[in-house]
Amino acid sequence: MAAVDGETPSVIDRVCVAAVSLLSLSGAGISLMVDGRLRGSAGVSGPGIAAVQELALELGEGPCVDAWKDSEPVLEPDLARPGQVRWPSFAQASVAAGVRAVFAFPLHIGAIRIGVLVVYRDRAGPLDSEELARGLVLADLAGQVVLAVQAGAPADRVHELLAHEPPHWAEVHQATGMVSVQLGVSMDEAFVRLRAHAFGDNRTLRDVARAVVERRLLLEGTK
Amino acid sequence: MMTREQRIVETFVGLADTMVDDFDVIEFLHGLAQRCVELLDCTEAGLLLADASGMLRVMASSSERSEALDLLQSQNEEGPCFECFHSGEAVASENLRDDLERWPMFGPAALERGFCSVQALPMRVRGDTVGALNLFRAEPGAISDRDLPLGQGMADIAAVALLQERSVRESRGVVAQLQGALSSRVVIEQAKGVLAERAQIDLDAAFARLRSYARRNNRRLSDVAGELINGQLEPVALTDVAASGRSVASRRTGSL
Repeated sequence: MAAVDGETPSVIDRVCVAAVSLLSLSGAGISLMVDGRLRGSAGVSGPGIAAVQELALELGEGPCVDAWKDSEPVLEPDLARPGQVRWPSFAQASVAAGVRAVFAFPLHIGAIRIGVLVVYRDRAGPLDSEELARGLVLADLAGQVVLAVQAGAPADRVHELLAHEPPHWAEVHQATGMVSVQLGVSMDEAFVRLRAHAFGDNRTLRDVARAVVERRLLLEGTK
Repeated sequence: MMTREQRIVETFVGLADTMVDDFDVIEFLHGLAQRCVELLDCTEAGLLLADASGMLRVMASSSERSEALDLLQSQNEEGPCFECFHSGEAVASENLRDDLERWPMFGPAALERGFCSVQALPMRVRGDTVGALNLFRAEPGAISDRDLPLGQGMADIAAVALLQERSVRESRGVVAQLQGALSSRVVIEQAKGVLAERAQIDLDAAFARLRSYARRNNRRLSDVAGELINGQLEPVALTDVAASGRSVASRRTGSL
């Protein structure tokens, strides 16, 4: 099964591949989070995962965010059902990207949540009780694998297997820094403003960040 | 007033607490040592654990009496705990007065401190001996056959608790390192943006100044980035002027 960048599947990739086959999924991935913010991803399997993770970053909503906050699995068997009120923007964009059902399992190491195992299907339908049980076991396993991999990292560095970031994310953080100075606000506030501008202008966060970084765009309220 | 059986059960049930996050292993071991005194008809009990270099260290004892602690700690070259740790077997002396040649340093030292008999039980996990439980009595006589299995059970509980705690501690360390490193990456990019904006330079130049400052002052890039963001470090400190300003000043002094 193809892994990130077409390299030999790593141990993390193999956890995701196992999830895909054990839960009859279309794809699986691990989102690494710090304080509820997506800070990295590992072991991506299936094209929809990149979409799910980027949407979570773009929109600040979705199963990963909720699973992390609630510390519990978040199960959505049909993102396209009428009356879908959970994550309206995320749901619409995900379905367009071929993600129809999504399930997210928080990864715990003791009391600390280090991220989420997020899995999806391209067709609607819930996980049956056996699949759910397998999902929980795989989440435990994924947490241990992340820990074991990071234990082999050089001091103060993220292990390269865990260091995957969505493309152009450096620019988003750079733009955040610039905007925090331009608007005289905190980093969190600056990020929210960037995201709001992208949403309002119907552009991706990435595009808005690039425009800021290239000094083609100043957000409203710049001093 | 708890019966002996209730006390025993309570001690074993207490082991489940080792799974809780704020479990205090030292406190638990002190409690265990005290239970040993209550349940095993001895005067003092102590737990020794081997460190990474194989030296036995006192982890907990039933009392704070320095004589007892010294005696426990002294067993790094001879003594019941030393033998027990290295052999993985229980070691005992019913009457130290009859055993003075066995442990020429430990024996007299124990008698001087009022201890007449001693029992050491190995703390074992999965076949490895990680330390020893030491029981001292003021009177001569062995720990009874009824109590010996209980004593070994206490030693094994202690071993499990210590290893569980060590594994939790190590995991926490790795998690902290991962989360710190993931955050640092972000902080460095944000700092580039902050400096680029405040100094009105491009991002590559901003990165160069951050790296150069970190190198000159022998600091981590992520720490410098963090300080710039939270205002502890001013952009002017990172400029080339600041860097060359020093050499200009020293040239001036040199020419005087």
